[in-house]
Amino acid sequence: MRNSPLTRRLFLATSSAAAVMVARPALAMSEAEATQLVQQAIAELQAIIDSGQSERQMLGRFKAYFERFADVPVIAQFALGRGVNASAAERRAFEDAFAGYISRKYGRRFREFIGAQIDIAGAAQLRENQYEVRSTVRLRGQAPFELAFRVSDQSGRGRMFDLIIEGVSLLRVEGQEVRDLLIRYGDDVGRVAQHLNQAG
Amino acid sequence: MTTMLRPLAVVLIAAIGLSACARGPGAGMSDPYEAQNRGVFEENLRLDRAIVGPAARGYGGSLPDPVERGISNFAANAALPSDIVNDLLQANLDDAVVNVTRLLFNTTIGIGGIFDPMGATGLDARPSDFGETLHVWGAGEGNYIVLPILGPSTERDAVGIFVDAFTNPLSYVLGSPERFIPVPANIGSALSQRNAADATFDALILDAADPYAQARLLYLESRRFQLGGQGRSSDPYADGGGFDPYAPAAGGAPDPYEDPYAQ
Repeated sequence: MRNSPLTRRLFLATSSAAAVMVARPALAMSEAEATQLVQQAIAELQAIIDSGQSERQMLGRFKAYFERFADVPVIAQFALGRGVNASAAERRAFEDAFAGYISRKYGRRFREFIGAQIDIAGAAQLRENQYEVRSTVRLRGQAPFELAFRVSDQSGRGRMFDLIIEGVSLLRVEGQEVRDLLIRYGDDVGRVAQHLNQAG
Repeated sequence: MTTMLRPLAVVLIAAIGLSACARGPGAGMSDPYEAQNRGVFEENLRLDRAIVGPAARGYGGSLPDPVERGISNFAANAALPSDIVNDLLQANLDDAVVNVTRLLFNTTIGIGGIFDPMGATGLDARPSDFGETLHVWGAGEGNYIVLPILGPSTERDAVGIFVDAFTNPLSYVLGSPERFIPVPANIGSALSQRNAADATFDALILDAADPYAQARLLYLESRRFQLGGQGRSSDPYADGGGFDPYAPAAGGAPDPYEDPYAQ
């Protein structure tokens, strides 16, 4: 199959789906803070990758990293959509399943990141408390590609809410995935959560 | 120089033909042939499972990495004349200069393009294609289509692929046996890519709830980005839906991928 836009480098960065952020008071963040948080997230991610631990150990660390640095509740509820009929308990169960699914799915891709050099190219404010931090990723023997981190502190502290790899938004990819699962399971959120518990 | 005019004539004919089928660019996507596309997509997946996937793993597994890279470099270098033609048609002089420089040095110092000394100096490839040229000339992407073997495309890009088969000046300059040398190299390069993407391909496409929908999203988003669009995100914090005012306006058509459940 011709899958040129789907080449490997497009996805390599997916292992950093977790990213970003230290705890901060709810004051709107600055551009410099957004950039600093992304830098720290990259450094911590590389520390996990370079630790030389087994995949199982790394996946465990990756899950904690992801839950700490990515705004999982907001990402999960966005993916599920607001129009879906689900109880609060079902939504919480979905959120848990989604967090596990995401960290397994992208955590398994971390190996492709070994030896990666990620350079921050700049940051831009999207709106009052949302920033996009752009970077260039270089992997051995491959042409560099663009990776953008979207961060916000709208949930109380700064965290990442999207990663855009050469134009592909992981938030939208997972929104599509959950949408397709809802179609498959006739809008039964409980069954979608069950599916996600097995997936990734 | 009549040989150089032939591709240009093909180009113009194709561009005229295209304006009949292409639509204006929408913020969303247009897939009226979905039923048919799904059939071709399934066929392609079967082919991938039966032949392309195993061949790619065999190819990647049997050749030493430097040899594999050399073959891919050679194929990319042989495609440069076509890239340059497209750069010029787009009046993109920056890319034309980079690609001409790469062609000159990689063909000589890089021994026929097997090595990529220019890439090592930071002058990376800037591939182009006739689909991009049509985009620069103002053609919309048209409808989404899945091509047999070649995979996801759009009406505009499918015309581009067809025209690109004729725009490589190399095929007009070289005699008949030599002009086919790049073909096996291209196949090798495609197998390398498929092999490198193997695990990721499985994780993002094959394991998806609906591989067809996911492949369509990935193709269209990355292709639009490649053609100079911005990476589109959504705003998960927005009240009452995720529509993102920062997505390129592009005619203001509603985007089915923004939150499909938002009312």
